Amino acid sequence: MSIFYLLVFPGFLFLSALGLFMEYFDRKVYARMQNRVGPPWYQPLADIIKLVSKETIIPYDTNKKMFAALPVIALAAATTAIFYIPIWSSHALFSFTGDIIVVLYLLTIPTLTFFLAGWNSNSLFAGIGAVRNLTQLFSYEVPLYMGLLAPAFLASSWSLSEISQFYTTHPLLILLNIPAFIVCIIAVQGKLERVPFDIPDAETEIVAGSFTEYSGRYFAIFRMALDTELVVAATLLAAVFIPVFVANPFISFLIYLAKVFVIIFILAIFRSVMARIRMEQMVKFCWRYLAPLALAQIIINILIKGVLPL
Amino acid sequence: MGRVVVPIGTQHPALKEPASFILTLEGEKVVSAKAKLGYNHRGIEKACENRSYIQSLYIVERVCGICSHAHSTVYCEAVEELAGIEIPKRAKYLRTVVCELERLHSHLLWLGVAAHEIGFDTFFMYVWRDREKVMDILENFCGNRVNYGINTLGGVRRDLTPEIIEDIKNLCKLMDERLKIYTDLAMGDATLAARLAKVGRLSKETAIQYGAVGPVARASGVAIDVRVNDPFAAYDEVKANIVVDDNCDVFGRVLVRVLEMVDSVRMLRFMMDNIPDGTISVKVPRKIPAGEVAHRVEAPRGEDAYFLASNGTEKPERIRMRAPTEANWHAIAHMLEGDYLADSPIIIAAIDPCYSCTDRAIQINDLNTGKQDILNWQQLKQYSINWHRENNGIDFAKLKIK
Repeated sequence: MSIFYLLVFPGFLFLSALGLFMEYFDRKVYARMQNRVGPPWYQPLADIIKLVSKETIIPYDTNKKMFAALPVIALAAATTAIFYIPIWSSHALFSFTGDIIVVLYLLTIPTLTFFLAGWNSNSLFAGIGAVRNLTQLFSYEVPLYMGLLAPAFLASSWSLSEISQFYTTHPLLILLNIPAFIVCIIAVQGKLERVPFDIPDAETEIVAGSFTEYSGRYFAIFRMALDTELVVAATLLAAVFIPVFVANPFISFLIYLAKVFVIIFILAIFRSVMARIRMEQMVKFCWRYLAPLALAQIIINILIKGVLPL
Repeated sequence: MGRVVVPIGTQHPALKEPASFILTLEGEKVVSAKAKLGYNHRGIEKACENRSYIQSLYIVERVCGICSHAHSTVYCEAVEELAGIEIPKRAKYLRTVVCELERLHSHLLWLGVAAHEIGFDTFFMYVWRDREKVMDILENFCGNRVNYGINTLGGVRRDLTPEIIEDIKNLCKLMDERLKIYTDLAMGDATLAARLAKVGRLSKETAIQYGAVGPVARASGVAIDVRVNDPFAAYDEVKANIVVDDNCDVFGRVLVRVLEMVDSVRMLRFMMDNIPDGTISVKVPRKIPAGEVAHRVEAPRGEDAYFLASNGTEKPERIRMRAPTEANWHAIAHMLEGDYLADSPIIIAAIDPCYSCTDRAIQINDLNTGKQDILNWQQLKQYSINWHRENNGIDFAKLKIK
């Protein structure tokens, strides 16, 4: 049964399919916002197939094993995170106290592999991209963690399943977390390296950032990892901030899909109305506005917890 | 990270044409920049000298893909001046109409490219959709989208029909609407202002020193515009306003270009109502009388200057083309230094560079001795410094040109 979970549902196969479809949805919304037609639904899959069939070039002066392993690690980490997030009921497949931290760490691993990939590529543009990856990590990670931990404080649990159950029994308290939700949406945009935070792979400055030297199937796996990360991050936000579940698991699953669609729609709109900002502007923005807002949310939640009989 | 040297170019996603920028970075800051041209030399001037005046016109039109009309206008007017021909007024107006349409589409193109350089692709798509409307009009009027082929020696080749006048009037209406949005966006959008303000600074004094022209100079507060300073075509009657801005940065260059488009629309509307009747061309002899002429027009990118020498035959003796990019080029290294790497694409794009228009090899023919010589850049610079010191008493030796 674990193998089925891992490889088919909700593991690798399901996540890949949903990830590719969400990439299509994201690109389509982006294109429609720009008055373009946009890609057909199979375009992301076609891209992956084409990349896989292409020649893979590994720069000669790199650690070849690491070069090949990094994309797989990124994909594996992003996929693993889904098992601890509630999807079709308020219970995740696996859960233990503190799994929210594990999920956050698993979602950080792809960014670290991007950094290592860039560093290992032995290319100037990839190197600058790698440094930017890390700088960006330090700016969005703290607001993201604080924003996700604020609801956890209110629920007095660091387990995602228990947080979901708490908010299912106290639905009104969801509204309280709206500022944290805004913080997290913005931070996730930074995590996924999308406009306006696509600084690490700004094509007009540093070509493709960390991925400059990647080609063929390794790049395809990185693309899959990014798509998976998109879906997992959206799932995480949906589970923590929009914990709406019904008894019927099938209907609950449809609700889950709708939630992911809504979050990715917000992310796509966000991406289409902004220009890319500079690294130092991003650091300033995250520490000056996002982090204090998340901190305020935590304080409010702690105070409310003291006042309300929960 | 210590100091790293980043080569932007010769092939790089930020560059539309090959050029090389060697940036030395300290972290993300550019501490020194070196700009290098010379990957696009096409031998255009020489090619013109081997062809007759009317054949050269076709080459001149292909110097630039965006401001092709400016190049053919300055060439035609120079030849007409040499031949002592006055072209009909209607032809002058028609040239001006295409000039302004070209400015509209060139500035729209630039606005889109600039938006793309700072990662604002939505704006890029919107601007280019509007640019397409201008291109359609140009195609309807001239028969071509890019190399219009409207100019000929002695006038223009096609006349405006009432339908096209109607089209242009409708375009003006549309542009009023769209440009209002762009002006509001350029002046009010927070991310745009954050990315563009105080980037690529070029003070008024430095702009004059480096000889910047066009929107780059005007955004640094230098009020130069050939359309006003030295009117060509019908600009003595169709008055242009000089749009000057004193932001002295990329933000200012965006504002200048957007406001210039507003002015272009105003002039187009004026011309549609006031275009005189008459013929559109006169005959020009195949052989042009001997003489020399220097002429300039205002291309969308700035002053486009030509020198033309004739020896009385049907082929030009010498054509020297100085595209606006060549004048703005020298300030680039200065503008890049001290800014972030992230800003370098937009700083480079902000002069609206067109490298293939600019690339020249220089061969010196000494008229007294008949000696031929190819000077390198350093020798040529030294020669020019000495010449100015001896003849004009100006010392340019302190000026740092990379």
